[in-house]
Amino acid sequence: MARLIPVSGARSRSLLVGAVLVGAFGAAALLAPALAPHDPYAVPHGLEAASLRPPGGTYPLGTDLLGRDLLSRILYGARVSLGIGIGAEILAATLGVLVGLAAGFYGGRLDALLMRLTDVVMAFPSLVLAIGLMAVFQAPGLDKVFLVLVLLGWTTIARVVRAEALALKQREYVLAARALGLGDAPLIWRHLLPNAVGPLLVAATLGVAGNIVAEAGLSFLGLGAQPPTISWGAMLAEGQTFLAISPWVAIFPGLALMLTVLGINLLGDGLRDRFDPRLRI
Amino acid sequence: MLGYVARRLLALVPVLFGVSLLVFILTAIALGDPVRAAMGQRGDPEVIAEIRREYGLDEPIWVQYGLWMGRLLRGDLGRSYHQQRPVTEIVAERFPATLRLALAAMAFAVVLGLAAGLAAAVWRGTALDALVMAGALLGISTPVFWLGLMLILVFAAGLGWFPVSGYGDGGWRHLVLPALTLGALQTGVIARMARASLLEVIGQEYIRTARAKGLAEARVLGKHALRNALLPVVTVVGIGLADLLVGAPLTETVFAWPGLGRMLVAAVGQRDLPVVMGAVLLFAVIYVVGNLLVDLAYGAIDPRLRR
Repeated sequence: MARLIPVSGARSRSLLVGAVLVGAFGAAALLAPALAPHDPYAVPHGLEAASLRPPGGTYPLGTDLLGRDLLSRILYGARVSLGIGIGAEILAATLGVLVGLAAGFYGGRLDALLMRLTDVVMAFPSLVLAIGLMAVFQAPGLDKVFLVLVLLGWTTIARVVRAEALALKQREYVLAARALGLGDAPLIWRHLLPNAVGPLLVAATLGVAGNIVAEAGLSFLGLGAQPPTISWGAMLAEGQTFLAISPWVAIFPGLALMLTVLGINLLGDGLRDRFDPRLRI
Repeated sequence: MLGYVARRLLALVPVLFGVSLLVFILTAIALGDPVRAAMGQRGDPEVIAEIRREYGLDEPIWVQYGLWMGRLLRGDLGRSYHQQRPVTEIVAERFPATLRLALAAMAFAVVLGLAAGLAAAVWRGTALDALVMAGALLGISTPVFWLGLMLILVFAAGLGWFPVSGYGDGGWRHLVLPALTLGALQTGVIARMARASLLEVIGQEYIRTARAKGLAEARVLGKHALRNALLPVVTVVGIGLADLLVGAPLTETVFAWPGLGRMLVAAVGQRDLPVVMGAVLLFAVIYVVGNLLVDLAYGAIDPRLRR
């Protein structure tokens, strides 16, 4: 792979740019109350004058239909986006690790059953199944989006962990450790998970990006966050309505969404190169 | 090859069974009591009991699944609550628009993605390469619905080159922006794959041999490298077509395109469950069969994969 080495400089740069972008939006989410110039929920008096104001003055990114400051809403929106994206991924990854371990480590019928289940969940295009699941609930909401993302997000990680477990079971040092009486738990903790941490981290990172886009997409379709909850996707839906007269309502939340996803993708690409140089492209 | 095809088809059976079971269970959970859901609170208890018997709703759940499956295999997806007509009819009406959009998006993604990716590989390390790779990353990272909005803003609302939304009379002008939107992600994926694949091939011994024996660079690339480099791209293109059908709900909603995806979203809003589940099922079958066709095509091209 020597011929590809010139690319690696660009690759570590992508890791850096990704980290900076993700760090910036993470900071925006954490510090939103301190950074936001206005109350993101407050509808100002004299609505007529405040509604759909172009960027400038005390409203750096303009205002929405109800005269609320877009910058403040985008900052608070980062909390929802990253919170759902990362929160759902942590639960989904945990579920995936458990399923993968059970399947790979204990094998047999349990393995067959769990892997068929994984196949079935993966057989659905994820957004379509997510939309279908939203129909099962009486009313949409972010809590349901979160649940759906967890229920659909564990499959890739389950496969990764299962593959690691299967490979590890065959290694001589594991057989030796087993013969010496090492139990399952320490084997999993000390040998399996450290080996799987690279691919796991990459899959989880890309999973966060997928979750963020899915939440925004569902909220855009009106199947996710409901008012007054702030979501970039829901803001974009409002933005489409007023696209011709006040494009900033659609431009800025989407830009925030794109930069966040871009940052996470860059981070994921960089991590993949670090942990698995074979995949360097 | 025949054995390979047979094995792959056989492996499909449990997956499709699982898919149908999952959709059935979701429907059952969502509906609670389907008859009451369909008839509302005014339903006459005797009529409800009659319908329950007729549809086998008093039977155990696995018998109900069998009955449902039987209807499904005869092409009966139930009736829409909202439109009071068979779901199959509605789906058949909407599918061509989605297929047309997906094919147009794919054509765009293949042409632009391949051209950009191959050019980036040939002129590796140049500004062109950097530009293509940055563009591919942007294509992959830009949420499809926001891209749609921005294209509308610039090319429809701003420049007025294309209509803002809708299907129009079926002409190409209405198709351009939705196809660009839906195809952007695939364009990025294909460009990356084509570049990586050509670079991989260029490094092989036989390419060095071809060069060493004095072949012109264009011939080395065109005749020897390209053919092998395109193999992995075939897979991406095949999987991509299935993915495009799936990216349809958002794109179709942004552009008010009268396809399956928009129908699905509208049906969820109306809680029209037969339509929702029919669409979900159809999307899943397209996805599974699409992936199978890719596998088979790949097996046909590369015999090593038939094991």
